[in-house]
Amino acid sequence: VAARGCGAVWRRARQRGAVGPGPGPSAFPRGHRAVACNARGGALSAGKSGVAPWIPVVGLEIHAQISSNSKLFSGSQVQFAAPPNSLVSFFDASLPGTLPVLNRRCVEAAVMTGLALNCSINKKSLFDRKHYFYADLPAGYQITQQRVPIAVNGSLSYSLCIDNKMNQMVTKTVRIKQIQLEQDSGKSLHDDTRSQTLVDLNRAGVGLMEVVMEPDMCCGEEAAAAVRELQLILQTLGSSQAVMAEGQLRVDANVSVHHPGEPYGVRTEVKNINSIRFLAKAVDYEIQRQIEELENGGTILNETRAFDSKLGCTVPMRDKEGKQDYRFMPEPNLPPLILYDAKSLPANMNHQQVINIDWIHERLPDLPSVKREKLVEQYGILPEHSFTLLNEDGLAEFFESVVKQTQMKPKKVIGWILNDLLSYLKQHSLTVKESPVSSFLLADLLNLLEKKEISSTAAKQVLAELWKGEGKTPLEIVKEQKLELLQDQKELEEICQAVIDGQENEVIMTVLG
Amino acid sequence: QKVSVEVLDHLEHLALVDFRDSEGVERLQKAIQFANQLHEVNTDGVEPMDSVLEDRWCLYLREDDVTEGNCTKELLENAREKAEEYFVAPPG
Repeated sequence: VAARGCGAVWRRARQRGAVGPGPGPSAFPRGHRAVACNARGGALSAGKSGVAPWIPVVGLEIHAQISSNSKLFSGSQVQFAAPPNSLVSFFDASLPGTLPVLNRRCVEAAVMTGLALNCSINKKSLFDRKHYFYADLPAGYQITQQRVPIAVNGSLSYSLCIDNKMNQMVTKTVRIKQIQLEQDSGKSLHDDTRSQTLVDLNRAGVGLMEVVMEPDMCCGEEAAAAVRELQLILQTLGSSQAVMAEGQLRVDANVSVHHPGEPYGVRTEVKNINSIRFLAKAVDYEIQRQIEELENGGTILNETRAFDSKLGCTVPMRDKEGKQDYRFMPEPNLPPLILYDAKSLPANMNHQQVINIDWIHERLPDLPSVKREKLVEQYGILPEHSFTLLNEDGLAEFFESVVKQTQMKPKKVIGWILNDLLSYLKQHSLTVKESPVSSFLLADLLNLLEKKEISSTAAKQVLAELWKGEGKTPLEIVKEQKLELLQDQKELEEICQAVIDGQENEVIMTVLG
Repeated sequence: QKVSVEVLDHLEHLALVDFRDSEGVERLQKAIQFANQLHEVNTDGVEPMDSVLEDRWCLYLREDDVTEGNCTKELLENAREKAEEYFVAPPG
């Protein structure tokens, strides 16, 4: 569901008795509405105490694992969960004498994503080395694109609901600074009991697209909505499966606050955010923490903090003393990446070696925003409905399938999909694919309702029975539970007469009264 | 021009190399002096060069096929310490 909109205000932090080393979890008062910026972004007046309002500023760095068979610069397999160090080539382990060889599919994925985000694709982009020491980075550097990335200057539109009624949606835009190709690192498992780190390089060298979003957002809900939309786009393109739980989509948030008219405040980077829900919480917590710190006369350090999901707060990360010097240098083993379009296509080159931006552009699938528009136009449903349909994997297809198989109008069908089917699935934590009620069965049921063979109440009863997945058809259940609507006029009159006859007194009272 | 203590600290931290004896520092200063001769060349309006091959060096694009991996045993042979197919490294 599209995120609820921000309607409230960033209130002045409540005065606290003692100022400790930092607000702990209790600093987030229960019942306090976490989010607060107005629909246009930015702060509203703070209220009675006359303190200048705060404008929170949120930027995001998102790493999306490219959906490919093999890694960015080597031929080892990309797969989640495999025996440790089994998906590692000599290059991934950084053995001497090995060289990077660029995977064509990864470049196409980045171009698709850049085009979907309205970026300019750089026909010439470069690779660089970013140096730092860590056990899961065997080479001592990561190959990335720092000087000239593959795509720049794009935008992403996303929607929020203003007010809780989900009636009005507002569209916002965040600028995309750039998209760059880079290597993922391996995984470190910290074994504190034996004072050692276990390193698995299966993930080392997997292709990543880093998407940098400018600080155009102002609260957790905006950040969450933007990431959700990006996730849907990536999944639609197929360039990344973007499942956060499997580490295919990782988000770092850059947060700062300042007073209107003043320069941006010192920003902190928040890492270790494992879900979209936690992203909103982490960002809002950090905004609140910074406001309280500053209002209590403290300062904000330019540091990296980790989000602790159990406590719901951010904590400073260890091992981050001073600014990192990555000593960027051009990757000497890779020449520039050259991309072509219809105009610049070279005549006599092996076309397996050529990537044509226009060719890719022509084959882009419908993006979520376009799909939603089409659903609204074709079926006459509300925009909010289209959001919910696309938000649930497989739900839009289910809806369209039911519409095809029933005479009931789509505007009525949508109610059954969103209110009945979806709430049942949510209650039982099922995906659309796992639904015990198929689109065929539901359509069958809705047809009975549409032909007035059963009442709406009866239909709900039948549906409840269908959930049990016992293989009965709607018609069988209707007959079993005697839920048919009586159509015969004479039979109805007889029943009514019998009721009236049995309740003479009440009838007389009703007629008199 | 002398190399300051802060710069030395920084370099040692980055490179994980300890070269604090006076011979080391002397060597470093000479190396920097030698490299600084590059500044005498006027490079205004000249694009940095990636390779002497210039645009004759084409970036080869590989097909997305799985052709490597599955050599855990071989890779772990080089490890000074291992634990059940993981490389072992110091903490933190």
